[in-house]
Amino acid sequence: MIKILNLISLWALPAIILGVLTIAIHKKIPVYEEFITGAKDGFKVAVNIIPYLVAIIVAISMLRASGAIEMTAQLLAPVLEFCHVPADILPLTIVRSLSGSATLGIFSDIAHHLDPNSYAVKLAAIMVGSSETTFYVLSVYFGAVNIKKFRYAMLVGIMADIVGIISAILVCQMMFG
Amino acid sequence: MNIIFYILIVLSILIGAYTGKLQDVVNALTEGAELSVKVAFSLIGIMAFWLGIMQIAQKSGIIDGISKLLKPIAKVLFNDIPPDSPAVGDIAMNFTANAFGLSNAATPFGIKAMEELQKENKDKVSASDSMCLFLGMNTAGFQLIPTTVLAVLVGIGYKNPTEIIAPTMLVTCIAFTFAIIFSKIMQRLWKAQETKEVHNDKNS
Repeated sequence: MIKILNLISLWALPAIILGVLTIAIHKKIPVYEEFITGAKDGFKVAVNIIPYLVAIIVAISMLRASGAIEMTAQLLAPVLEFCHVPADILPLTIVRSLSGSATLGIFSDIAHHLDPNSYAVKLAAIMVGSSETTFYVLSVYFGAVNIKKFRYAMLVGIMADIVGIISAILVCQMMFG
Repeated sequence: MNIIFYILIVLSILIGAYTGKLQDVVNALTEGAELSVKVAFSLIGIMAFWLGIMQIAQKSGIIDGISKLLKPIAKVLFNDIPPDSPAVGDIAMNFTANAFGLSNAATPFGIKAMEELQKENKDKVSASDSMCLFLGMNTAGFQLIPTTVLAVLVGIGYKNPTEIIAPTMLVTCIAFTFAIIFSKIMQRLWKAQETKEVHNDKNS
């Protein structure tokens, strides 16, 4: 099973590239020229998102450094204990939508310090795998087209994250609890 | 966004002062700013590559083909853009890349989709309903194969890493479906609110 999945992961990108180039050549598209035309935007897009990234990454780095996440974790601890969620998972639930690198850091930390086959590791793996860094996605995608008013996009993102966390806990309890 | 930004910064400084970590907060400011530029610049190369490939896909009609194929679904979900917009193809490419855990290809596809959606957008600084829905779906992180998580699990000697794939998929589907439904509800509520505000402005 894992071999097949790895094979799909390995071949997905090469297959897209092969397919696109072959179809284009077949249709007599000047592939090199078109590639350059498209690629020119790479720099522009990356530079465009800098102000948006600075705003969000600075704000979140500051929040993490202030100890606010540990404080929230302490406040939430009794609630999660009531739901039979291991305390080690707490920081993960809070950081998940804020920062991708921090999430991966906490997840590796949980994975390396607890028993590899423990319930906490399973729940952490499902939580990390099933969701996306909401704030990063919002700032990059809206930044690329200079959208400043996010309207209800952030609310939807955060609500989807909360639903994701709750269903991760429920599903994990059903399957491994 | 203005309020969220303000709250994040003020909270950090106040809590930092309370916990005696104000120095760390100030350092984090510098590090965060530096990290943002690093993240943006590390994207340039891979972004250029995939935008190049996307340009070829666009010119050879592949994106339009995918868009046409998904027209019935797109008509229901993204109802404020023309159903044959190339944005639909870009969105499909973005989800395919995300589904296989190829996040560095997914980002350029997603940005391309946003550019197409922006062309149909009336107010260029404010997100359209399609944009909100697309981002909502995206932040739910629809993923079939959580590649990074699997790599970490294999690394720590987890006995049977593939057993987490099914529950992950289930959770991601729940969040994904919820994001779509919630976006659609918000679209209605928000529109009602906005028309009310415009109305009030006229009256005052």
